[in-house]
Amino acid sequence: MSVSPESIQESLERPSFFARLTPYDWVWALLVAAATIATYALYGGLMDGYEVGILLMSAPGLVLFGWGWKSMRSYTLAVAALSLLAIWVYGDSLANGESKFFLKYILASQSAIMWMSAMFVMATAAYYFGLAIRSEFSNRVGSALTWSASTMGLVGLMVRWRESYLMGSDIGHIPVSNLYEVFILFAVMTGLLYLFYEQQYRNRSLGGFVLTVISAAVAFILWYAFERGGHQIQPLVPALQSYWMKLHVPTNFIGYGAFALAAMVGVAYLFQERRAKRNPAALANSRLPSLEQLDDVMYKSIALGFAFFTVATVLGAMWAAEAWGGYWSWDPKETWALIVWLNYAAWL
Amino acid sequence: MSHNKPERRHGRGAVFMEFLGSMNLAITLLVAIAIASIIGTVLQQNEPYNNYVIKFGPFWFEVFKALGLYDIYGAVWFLFLLGFLLVTTSVCVYRYTPSLLRDMNHFRTDAQEKSLRAFKHHSRWEPEGDVGRMPELAQRFLTGRGYRVRVKTTDDHTMVAAMKGSSSRLGYLFAHVGIVVICLGGLIDGNVPLKWADYTGRIVPETRDIPVSQIPEHSILSEDNAAFRGSVQIPEGGRAGVVFLGMRDGYLVQPLPFRIELEDFRIEHYESGMPKSFESDLVIHDEELDQPLRQTIAVNHPLIYKGYAIYQSSFADGGSLMKMRAWSLDEPGREPLQIEGRVNQSVRINTPRGGYRLELDDFKLFNIFPNEEEGATKKFRNFGPSVVFRLRDSSGQAIEFMNYMSPVQIEGRYFFMSGMRSAVSEPYRYIHIPVGSDGTVKRFMRLRELAMDPERMQGAVEQQMGLLERTDFDPALARQVSDNIVAVVSLFVRQGLDAVFEQVQANFKEEAQQQGAMESYINVIRGVLGGIYIDVLAEEGIKIDQDVTEQDAQFFEDAMTALSLTGPYGSPVLLQLDSFEHVQASGLQITRSPGKDIVYLGCVMLMVGVFFMLYLHHRRVWLRISADGKLLFAGSGHRNRADFSGEFEELERGLRALSAAPGPDDDRAA
Ligand code: HEM
Repeated sequence: MSVSPESIQESLERPSFFARLTPYDWVWALLVAAATIATYALYGGLMDGYEVGILLMSAPGLVLFGWGWKSMRSYTLAVAALSLLAIWVYGDSLANGESKFFLKYILASQSAIMWMSAMFVMATAAYYFGLAIRSEFSNRVGSALTWSASTMGLVGLMVRWRESYLMGSDIGHIPVSNLYEVFILFAVMTGLLYLFYEQQYRNRSLGGFVLTVISAAVAFILWYAFERGGHQIQPLVPALQSYWMKLHVPTNFIGYGAFALAAMVGVAYLFQERRAKRNPAALANSRLPSLEQLDDVMYKSIALGFAFFTVATVLGAMWAAEAWGGYWSWDPKETWALIVWLNYAAWL
Repeated sequence: MSHNKPERRHGRGAVFMEFLGSMNLAITLLVAIAIASIIGTVLQQNEPYNNYVIKFGPFWFEVFKALGLYDIYGAVWFLFLLGFLLVTTSVCVYRYTPSLLRDMNHFRTDAQEKSLRAFKHHSRWEPEGDVGRMPELAQRFLTGRGYRVRVKTTDDHTMVAAMKGSSSRLGYLFAHVGIVVICLGGLIDGNVPLKWADYTGRIVPETRDIPVSQIPEHSILSEDNAAFRGSVQIPEGGRAGVVFLGMRDGYLVQPLPFRIELEDFRIEHYESGMPKSFESDLVIHDEELDQPLRQTIAVNHPLIYKGYAIYQSSFADGGSLMKMRAWSLDEPGREPLQIEGRVNQSVRINTPRGGYRLELDDFKLFNIFPNEEEGATKKFRNFGPSVVFRLRDSSGQAIEFMNYMSPVQIEGRYFFMSGMRSAVSEPYRYIHIPVGSDGTVKRFMRLRELAMDPERMQGAVEQQMGLLERTDFDPALARQVSDNIVAVVSLFVRQGLDAVFEQVQANFKEEAQQQGAMESYINVIRGVLGGIYIDVLAEEGIKIDQDVTEQDAQFFEDAMTALSLTGPYGSPVLLQLDSFEHVQASGLQITRSPGKDIVYLGCVMLMVGVFFMLYLHHRRVWLRISADGKLLFAGSGHRNRADFSGEFEELERGLRALSAAPGPDDDRAA
C-alpha cells in the first residue's frame, strides 16, 4: 500500500470544525446574522429583555442548525420568504385574506394548512407506492411532497401568527395555544424529523410508515377544523399568557414528533422481524432497512424525544408554578406526562 | 450496566443493600406509582364525598375511602412509595458511584489480549514496516479525534488505551441524583408531618361552613407549618389573615403571619366576553414592615412575600348590594316591594303563599353571547347585568332564578327576561315578559291584576257572551257557561296553559275531542283577556275606538305567552333589579413550598444528566502493539452500537494506513 505523507498528515490531524465549513456555510451564517440585525434594528424598540435574549440566542442556534443539517437552510429560507410575502400582501387588513388571490388560495394560514394537509396525504401515498413497486422516482416524489408540506405547514403557522395580530393587537399570540395549532406543529415536526433521518440513512422506504401517523394527524386537523371550528383564532385566557407556555409547547411537540417517529419505525421493525422469522433469506433484498438500522433510528429518535420531553415537562412545571401556584398538582395532564416519561425511562 | 457491578460482599447488610439498590425494585416501584397515578386520573380526585357515594354505593365508597383513593396523591401509602423510591435510587447511586468514577478515569491499559479479542469490534494485522513509532502516531491520531489516550509499555507489548465521552457516566450520576433531589423536594412540599398529624387524628378537617372564629382548635394549623397550598377569597376592601386548605371532604385553617388587604380587583374582557386579564391590588400588612407593601398581582405574575407565594387564581362576587323591586304575581295590583340585600346573604320576604327566604347567590356585571339576531353587525351582544338567586319556601324547597336587569331586545321588542330551574343540573327555562313603552312591566302586571280580579273577569266574560248575540240561552244555562269560562280563564292566568290542557284531558277521552276543546278554550281565553287588555289600554289613555296599533297588538300576543307561563314559573314574585353597587372578590391561592427550589435544582440536574447520558457515548479503544510487530485493535461502545461500528471502522482504516506507511518524520529524515 503506498500512501503519501500528506495524506498521513491529514489523517493524523483532522481539520478543525471551522476549517471543514464551506463558503456556503459562511454565506448562511452571514444571512442569519443580517436577518437578526435587521430584525433588531426594526423592532428592537418594541422588545423587552427576554425577547432580545431569545433573538440573540436563536441566531447562533439557527446558524448551527443550518451547518449541521444543510437542507435546513433552504427550508428556513423558503419558509421565511413565503411568510414574509404573505405578511407583506396582507398589509394591515385581515380582509385582504379574502380578496387577494395569492392569500386566499395559497398563503393565508387556512389555505397553507390545507395545502399542507393535501401534500402530506399525497406524500404518504407516493411513499407506499414507491415501496410497493420499488420505484425510486415515486419515493423522490414523496420526499419532495413532504418537504413542501412541512414548508406550507410552518408558513401556515407563521401567517396565522400575523393574522392573530391583525384581528386585534390584544388577541395576537403565538399559534401554539390550541389543539388545532399544536397538531399542525406536530405534523411539521414529525415530517422534518423523518426527513432528517431519511437523508442520514439515504433510505426512503420508511416514508409511508411515518407519514401514516402524520396523515392521521391531518385527518384530525381537518375534522377539528370543519366539525368543531377549531381553526378559528381565539384570544388567550389569562393562564395561557405566559412565556413558559411558549417554550413548553414547542418543546413538547418535538418530543411527541420524535416518539411518533420511533413508534412507526417500530411498526416497520415488527414487520421485518416477522419476515425474518419466516424466511431469513428474504431480508437480504428487502426494501426496508436492516433490523439494526431500524433499531438505531428508533433508539436515536426516542433518545431525542426523551430529552425534549424531559425539558418540556420541567418547563411545564415552571409554568404551572407561575400560573396556578403549584409546580405539580397531579392533574390528569401532568400525571400522564409523568407516566409517559417513566415508560420511556424504563425502556431506555 | 452489567459491566461495572460493584463486587459482591457477603453478609446480611450487604444483601439487604443490594436488594434496596436493585433495578428490579426500582422498576416495581415505578410501575406501582404509574398504576396509582393512572387510577388518580381515571377517578376524579377530591370531589365532594356525596358524589362518590352516589357513584359507587355505600359499600365501595367506604372501601375506596379507606384506601385513600379520593386523594391518591396525598395518601400515606403513595407518599410511602415515593419515599421508598427515593431510598432505592439513593442506595443505587451510593453503590454505583465509586466504581463509576473509577471507571471514568481508568484507561484499562492492562487489558488482556484474550479479552480484547473477545470484543465484537476487533481486528488484527501485521504491518510490513517497523512499528516502533506506532504508539506515538496512534496517540496523535486518536487525540486528533477527541480521545483521551494513555500508553503503557511492558516487556512484550505496548498498549495504547484511549477513551472518549466518559462524562456520559456523569450523566448517570446527575440524572439519578436529580431524581433523588426531586423526590426529596416533593416530599418536603408534600408536608409529611401534616399528613401524619391527620393520619393520627391530631388534626381534623372542618366540614361545616362556619365563620373562622368558631372553627375548633383541632382544625387550625400552626403558623409555622412549613409547606401548604391553600386559598382564600377576599372582597374588595376586605382583609384576610388565614387561608383554607382543602382536605378530603373538609378544610383546615392556616393562619398567616401577615394580613392581606384587597384594595381593588379588575377584570378585563375580550370582545367575546372571554376574560382577558384579572388583576388584584394587594396591600400586605405586617408588623415587621415599616409601611404596608403594595403590589398588583395577575395571573402568571404572583407576589412572593417571605417565602409565601400569592397567586391570582379566581374571582367571584364579594357581596354586591342588590336593590330590587318585587312585583307580586298573586296580588299584581300591589305596589312592588323594595328589597335590598347583598350577594351571599339572604333576605326574608312575605307573600300570600307564605314566607320565603331569598338567597342572593351571584351577580354578573355583563353577559356576553354570540349575536343571533338577524342582520346583526356585531358578532357579540351584551345582555347586561344579571342576578342569580334562590327562593326557598318554608319546607326548604328552593327554585333557582336568573334575572337580567335591563330589558332585552328580541326581534325588535323588549322583554324582561327571567330564567328558572329547580335543579342545578338543568338548563334555565326562560320567561319573557313584555315591557311597555315606559320600560317597566307595569302594563303586564295591570293586565294580570285585572285578569285575577273576579268581578272584572265576570264582566269580561259576560261581555264576551254578549258578543255571541244569542238570546235563546236559558239564564241558568248561561250562568253555568259563564262560570265555566271564568274557571277556565282563571286557571290559565293562575296556573298556565298546561293546567288548562290537563283539565281538558281529564274531561275528554278522545284526542280529536281534546283538540277541539283546546282550540275553543284558547279562543275563549284570548277573547276574555283581549277584552281586559282593551280596558288596560283605555286606562292608559289609549284611544281604542280606532284600531289597536300593531305594537299594542303584538304586546298582547307576548303577554299571552308570558301569562301562560307565569303559573309554572313557580315564584310568588317577579324580582326586578333596579340598581346595584358592585363589589368583587378576588380568589387568591397562597402557597408555601420550600421544596420548590430543591425540585428545580433536581430538574436541572436531571436535564443535564439526561442529555449527557443520551448524547455522549462512552467509547473505548485499545491498540495493542506486540513486541513482535503484531497489532491488535479493539473497541467497545457503550450504547448506540450502530454509530460505534462506523467510527470503529474509520479508526481502523486510519490506523492501518498509519502502520503501513513510513511516518512523516521518517520521511523528513530520508
Ligand atoms: C426513579 C427511578 C429511576 C429512574 C426514573 C431512572 C431512570 C434512568 C434513565 C432514564 C436511565 C438512562 C437509560 C439510558 O440512557 O440507557 C437510567 C440508567 C441507569 N439506571 Fe436508572 N432510574 C431510576 C432508578 C435506578 C435505580 C434504583 C438504579 C439502581 C440499580 C438505577 C440504575 C441505573 C443504571 C446502572 C443506569 C445505566 C447508567 C449508565 O448508562 O451509565 N436506576 N436510569
